Amino acid sequence: MEKYLYIALFAPLVSSLFSALFTATPKKLFTGIIASTLIFVSFIASTILLAYILKGGEPIHVEMMTWMATGDLYIPFGFVVDQISVTMMMVVTLVSTIVHIYSIGYMDHDKGFNRFFAWLSAFVFSMMILVMSDNYAGLFIGWEGVGLCSWGLIGFWYHKEIATWAANEAFIMNRIADLGMLIGIFLVYWNTGTLQYDEAFAVMPSLDTATLTWMGIFLFIGAMGKSAQFPLHTWLADAMEGPTPVSALIHAATMVTAGVYLVVRSNELYSLIPHVGLFIASLGAFVALFAASMALVNRDMKRIIAYSTLSQLGYMFAAAGLGAYWVALFHLMAHAFFKALLFLGAGNVMHAMHDELDPFKMGGLKKVMKWTWIMMTIASLALAGIFPFAGFFSKDTILEAAFAEHHFVIYGVLLFTAGLTAFYSFRLVALIFHGEERYKIFGIHPHEAYRFMLIAMSPLLILAMIAGIFQEPFFGMVEEILSAHEYHIHSHTTLWIMLVGTQLFVGLAILYAYKKYASWSRVPDGTSPIENSFIYKLLFNQYYIPYFYEEYIVKPYREASELFWTKVDMKIVDATVDGIAGIVYGTGKKTRKMQSGNLSTMLKWMVAGLVGLLSLAVVFGLAARYSDKIVIFLSALGV
Amino acid sequence: MMEIGLNHYLVLSTILFAIGLVGVMRRKNLLLLFFATEILLNAVNVAFAAISHYYGDLTGQMFAFFVIAIAASEVAVGLGLLIVWYKRHSSIDLDALTTMKG
Repeated sequence: MEKYLYIALFAPLVSSLFSALFTATPKKLFTGIIASTLIFVSFIASTILLAYILKGGEPIHVEMMTWMATGDLYIPFGFVVDQISVTMMMVVTLVSTIVHIYSIGYMDHDKGFNRFFAWLSAFVFSMMILVMSDNYAGLFIGWEGVGLCSWGLIGFWYHKEIATWAANEAFIMNRIADLGMLIGIFLVYWNTGTLQYDEAFAVMPSLDTATLTWMGIFLFIGAMGKSAQFPLHTWLADAMEGPTPVSALIHAATMVTAGVYLVVRSNELYSLIPHVGLFIASLGAFVALFAASMALVNRDMKRIIAYSTLSQLGYMFAAAGLGAYWVALFHLMAHAFFKALLFLGAGNVMHAMHDELDPFKMGGLKKVMKWTWIMMTIASLALAGIFPFAGFFSKDTILEAAFAEHHFVIYGVLLFTAGLTAFYSFRLVALIFHGEERYKIFGIHPHEAYRFMLIAMSPLLILAMIAGIFQEPFFGMVEEILSAHEYHIHSHTTLWIMLVGTQLFVGLAILYAYKKYASWSRVPDGTSPIENSFIYKLLFNQYYIPYFYEEYIVKPYREASELFWTKVDMKIVDATVDGIAGIVYGTGKKTRKMQSGNLSTMLKWMVAGLVGLLSLAVVFGLAARYSDKIVIFLSALGV
Repeated sequence: MMEIGLNHYLVLSTILFAIGLVGVMRRKNLLLLFFATEILLNAVNVAFAAISHYYGDLTGQMFAFFVIAIAASEVAVGLGLLIVWYKRHSSIDLDALTTMKG
């Protein structure tokens, strides 16, 4: 089985290195095909590992080689395939395979075709390191690796200023969070003496609560950055500047869920500190509502889906914070399927509409893009949590968990958010695919995506529909290590009222969205009363948080930097260095005249030097010989 | 009459060395510069021989022989270069010899 582990891990690396060979050359179709094949190989290997684990096989633990061994510190390149990591591996490799194949079509006319596959495969490799590592150090390497690849892919169209800006924003925000994460890792090492998960978790119950709390908080700060939780959330919406397959893979299905993975992986730590868990759950519920509210009014198709991702990540954290780790992981998996499908569908629409992102300028596309319409509708149904699609099983379980744990405020917030989710998802679908063909004003002739792109998307479509049936086997698999308990409401009547009530509520939200937007006829121009209302402006401007960051953090920081540059750097540091250089240069300039080339003069200088050195030797010789007397003489002088 | 001892030889050596040094610094004629160098070397030779005799150790005298041998070869090479220089520039004045000006 170790063989399959190495294949799953290193096939993406080979793929990346191979594609990287051709980055400077024009588009070569075979890089895309070979990269997709290698990722598919990785997917097959992961499937074999999943089958092995499902059959009840022992978790596979390998140590490839020693990485660091100094004193008491011992960190190997170790990898583990257990119930948690194999789930993540399946999600990552499956979505990656589909996104790779889809990208062959999506990046068809792009000059950076080969470079795109190099980055994308490098991302898959980093993500595999992240989920398969058996210690926090390896996890951190993968963590930084996905951050780097995310930077490279958001800024993939680097000639666009806004893309490079968004890439830098994402990278810098993640650096801030990674500092917290590093401190968390150091705390783990200082207090447990190891970074291996199993050994560290074995020691943790004997530590005092304050230490564990700090560990939990700092590790969660790292998770907040990667999973774009408030207040580090602004980068995710801006990251939509990257190519759409990137948004589907990195900023919806895999990388942003790394934070949830970290919390699930550290479940033994977090179950020791339930108060931190409660904070995580509350923050998750808050972000779920907060992000969903911003998605309500946004006019950028990809940003709406990005806020939806943010909101769903909030659900996952709410579940993980309440101790329902397996529910969080299950929602992570289901969400990866339908959200990737939604993003890829949005990619089709973008292609058809020549990169137009405003759904108000679309409308009526279901006639020309029938399959994309079906796929996005089903993905939205799954996202809204309609029975029997994937989201119903995962999201409803989160609601049940919140209810069963008696956190009714969190339950209420999440339930309300479910309604908002349904509303904004179908607002998007209605605006894009129904109503009048508003795009005709702009002279666009839409067309359906390539057939192979649609076929590549079909596994996601099927999974978005049927992923619910995996709930039982999934629960059976992870209950061994996730201290899983099924969340059953004791009274059957309550359970049914909740189920039906939720479905009705969500269904009404969908109907309302259809009624309001399906027959939309004009492009809003900012004159209608609702667009001028305070709430609309607040939501449309993302609660003015980006503005706040710009005004109160970025600008003062910039001013402080300028001050330090002109006053400290130029006047003190540079002046010192320049001064030293000036002294050396000036001395050289003055003394150059000695070098007249005249032998007599040079001989005179030589004699002068000889006399000088000799007299020095005599002085020091005498001083050494009579040192005791000199000391007496000096002490008599009172020195 | 006072007996001639080590100090006398060393004083002689010092005087010779000083004369040589002044010659090296003051002379503008390349040929005379060689003379001055010879005086310097022989001043040291006198000191070597005297000290060697004083300690009854032959090493110093052996060293003096080496110095003489090396001085001879140095003068041979030096005079050869000097002749070539004179043929080219018809002068052996040091002040004209400044091509290595920095």
